[in-house]
Amino acid sequence: MPSNGIPLGTPTKVTQGSRTKGGIGESTLRPDGTLKVTGEFAYSSDMWHEDMLWGQILRSTVAHAEIVSIDTSEALALPGVYAVMTYDDLPTDVKNYGLEIQDTPVLAHGKVRHHGEPVAIVAADHPETARRAAAKIKVEYRELPVITDEASATAPDAILIHEGRDDHHIGHVPHPNIVHRQPIVRGDAAAAAARADVVVRGEYTFGMQDQAFLGPESGLAVPEEDGGVHLYIATQWLHSDLRQIAPVLGLPESKVRMTLAGVGGAFGGREDLSMQIHACLLALRTGKPVKIVYNRFESFFGHVHRHPAKLTYEHGATRDGKLTHVKCRIVLDGGAYASASPAVVGNASSLGVGPYVVDDVDIEAIALYTNNPPCGAMRGFGAVQACFAYEAQMDKVAAELGLDPVEFRRLNAMEQGTLLPTGQPVDSPAPVAEILRRVKAMPLPPERQWESSEGADVRQLPGGLSNTTHGEGVVRGIGYAVGIKNVGFSEGFDDYSTARVRMEVIAGEPVATVHTAMAEVGQGGVTVHAQIARTELGVSQVTIHPANTQVGSAGSTSASRQTYVTGGAVKNSCELVREKVLEIGRRRFGSYHPAWATAELLLEGGKVVTDGGEVLADLVDVLEDESVEVEAEWRHRPTEPFDLRTGQGFGHVQYSFAAHRAVVEVDTELGLVKVIELACAQDVGKALNPLSVIGQIQGGTTQGLGVAVMEEIIVDPSTAKVRNPSFTDYLIPTILDTPTIPVDVLELADEHAPYGLRGIGEAPTLSSTPAVLAAIRNATGLELNRTPVRPEHLTGT
Amino acid sequence: MRVNFTVNGRPQEADDVWEGESLLYVLRERLGLPGSKNACEQGECGSCTVRLDGVPVCSCLVAAGQAEGRDVVTVEGLAEYARQRAEHGGCSTGSCGTPGLPGLEGTPAAGTAGASPSLGGADGRPTGGADSHTGEGTELAPIQQAFIDAGAVQCGFCTPGLLVAADEMLERNPNPTDADIREALSGNLCRCTGYEKIMDAVRLAAARQGEAV
Repeated sequence: MPSNGIPLGTPTKVTQGSRTKGGIGESTLRPDGTLKVTGEFAYSSDMWHEDMLWGQILRSTVAHAEIVSIDTSEALALPGVYAVMTYDDLPTDVKNYGLEIQDTPVLAHGKVRHHGEPVAIVAADHPETARRAAAKIKVEYRELPVITDEASATAPDAILIHEGRDDHHIGHVPHPNIVHRQPIVRGDAAAAAARADVVVRGEYTFGMQDQAFLGPESGLAVPEEDGGVHLYIATQWLHSDLRQIAPVLGLPESKVRMTLAGVGGAFGGREDLSMQIHACLLALRTGKPVKIVYNRFESFFGHVHRHPAKLTYEHGATRDGKLTHVKCRIVLDGGAYASASPAVVGNASSLGVGPYVVDDVDIEAIALYTNNPPCGAMRGFGAVQACFAYEAQMDKVAAELGLDPVEFRRLNAMEQGTLLPTGQPVDSPAPVAEILRRVKAMPLPPERQWESSEGADVRQLPGGLSNTTHGEGVVRGIGYAVGIKNVGFSEGFDDYSTARVRMEVIAGEPVATVHTAMAEVGQGGVTVHAQIARTELGVSQVTIHPANTQVGSAGSTSASRQTYVTGGAVKNSCELVREKVLEIGRRRFGSYHPAWATAELLLEGGKVVTDGGEVLADLVDVLEDESVEVEAEWRHRPTEPFDLRTGQGFGHVQYSFAAHRAVVEVDTELGLVKVIELACAQDVGKALNPLSVIGQIQGGTTQGLGVAVMEEIIVDPSTAKVRNPSFTDYLIPTILDTPTIPVDVLELADEHAPYGLRGIGEAPTLSSTPAVLAAIRNATGLELNRTPVRPEHLTGT
Repeated sequence: MRVNFTVNGRPQEADDVWEGESLLYVLRERLGLPGSKNACEQGECGSCTVRLDGVPVCSCLVAAGQAEGRDVVTVEGLAEYARQRAEHGGCSTGSCGTPGLPGLEGTPAAGTAGASPSLGGADGRPTGGADSHTGEGTELAPIQQAFIDAGAVQCGFCTPGLLVAADEMLERNPNPTDADIREALSGNLCRCTGYEKIMDAVRLAAARQGEAV
């Protein structure tokens, strides 16, 4: 429904393969589904090798300290222990790793910078032996003051977390304890503020969220006869791991073979290395296969988290409901090591005002180095924290103006052609007003659903089976939010993927094989690749080759990019294969029918057909015993870095928009919240697999719900130690905490993208959280400037 | 110590078990049955759920020695368990899955030995009973098929525990309300799906079960 007469967009027209069963647009089922329901799917922690050892990591018990001494003698003396390694045992001069800045020690050297930093590693014949040996390593620490926030990080006498920084950000940051700073200035916010009839300011706090993927960090390193190593690993990007692992081992990349093991979820938490190098070091040292599996406690220390943030916003608007300006400052706590902090800063700043038309902006985002746990990638990546704050602001401004919050958003909603604060036009459909309209139009869940003929069903009430209320003190609230997320790696990154596609006849049938290095982490990329191959090659049989480093890089399973980028690579390679197959066909059969030379030819249902549907040949006859194989890289259009002073630049590839309506019921006496429904509307461009699309939206929504009402890693501000590294104390939503999630999907083509599709996985994680917060505010009348909301915030106790 | 117990209808003997080992560890690392998962190893996530003498338990919280002489059903044996239950007319006593259930002829334990990483054929993928890439042709329990059909599987790490728990609930309560399903599965964490497709899967399995009767 056009909001202002401009058509929202049009669906992509697919001709090739549109009649092939199991192609794009169908909800085909996962190729790994059967293995996953029978327990036969081999996750990284399931790997087993005859004669294998178990690795264990000793981690620091303090957050910031000099290491005075390490004594491994007792550990080495324990029967069953094969190796104990510290920094001194690292084989080459390369002793650090990192995604962008190589500031993370493989094993601590002289100093530890956060609680749980790896100090030593052990290999033994039983995991318990390895644990006991690690416990026998004596590390003497001389503790240092901890840096835990902006004030302590940038104090004049602050200890530098990393001395002697020489990375490419040090030249433009105001203090060496700031990883990266990105200002974005467009228009004149100060002058625009003078035109504002209302000005609303707010300070917001976003807690530290954990990815909490269920499959623990794990893998198996097997030493090979040529002196190399083969690593079976759960990761988000095999080739990124490879680039970081090989130099530390002193091996050429060709001698570090990597195969993707089953990945039990990722959500950003597997972008950085965890146990990869440690397992390889122990395997090469002992000459035996080494398996490392974190337990949940260690997992909380073994991967980066979502940046906690402090956000300060000023919004102005005219009486008729138009935004005049936005000023904001976003301080992200990157913790002890850089990880993905610079890119998170880029997202938080460039998307910092949300999907709205604002010509005059003044934005600053920074990431700190502190002694808190390192933070990096998590679903939503910088855009999540900003969305929580700007959506709270939008509600506040609407209230000041006496406008309905959805109407106020509609008045300011971005459209195709709107300029971002970076000056970059949004050059694909941006149906912000439409998804808000749709989510608001959905029927509301009935009131007082807990009432039944037999009295209150407490399972439907806040507090649930704790039986804390039968409806007394329970108030309903409704809230809305919308967000904008970039898709793909931004700021000039060479964000390519590679696909190898082969077509041949097997057992009398044409079969396509798709080989990429894409990390299937649960998102369903393998399902979609098979669909693309069916559509592009007109076959029914598609084999997905296991992902490994024997094929070119697929880039990361991050940034909602894999269906776009590796999907695009698979499509491209299939098209190249198709051309070659048609060439063979022309060579063999061209003289029999003029259409070979004149018509547009398609592959459909295992045959070569004209665009009019006339069958020219069976693929089996065209190929005979020939196989056609293509491996090719594919790139989306290039981006460019943001200007370091003004933040201007064509930084992003694509955008993804989702809106939520949350309905909550709050026991105002006890401060308990039950989310009743979390409805979502999202534009997905083209749903290649509608079932998977809905699954992504519901999953992302639920992670946003988690950080709204329960999920937070608590770090003691006096010691920088993590207080709740377990699923007992770090709560993620259960099936009882999670409401129904109705989803309304729009498909408005982005003409720049394969099939018009949009990356979809992250956007719903943005708007879910502020929608829930808005609903709780609506129910309680409280300001609630931090997330997650805990009972004490609602009761004031 | 040595532990003798029955797993998926088949007598098993584990030697040299350290007293501190959990049932989960013995299943996964000694018996070659890694289907039961190790997401938290502290009884919070339910990914290791198995049936011990018919009762769903977190196998990470059961000491291996406690399983001595008892019957364990894991996700690997779920299809056969469901098949036998169907053949024997479901649950007559209300305590289906107790040792009274006729002896299961379990499928052989998945790869426990070999020079290459187990569960990894040449390509690092599982070697199952059927097609090693896809498991195609494998006989499934109704709840397993429903999880696939409803899109309830993403990363799949929570799936084995959820399947065992959901199958047990449907055995007790063939016509569950949504509130019943949520209550029964509240001990099983899933981080990918938002649970909606899991709800769909259990409803689907219950509906198909109803049609079949």
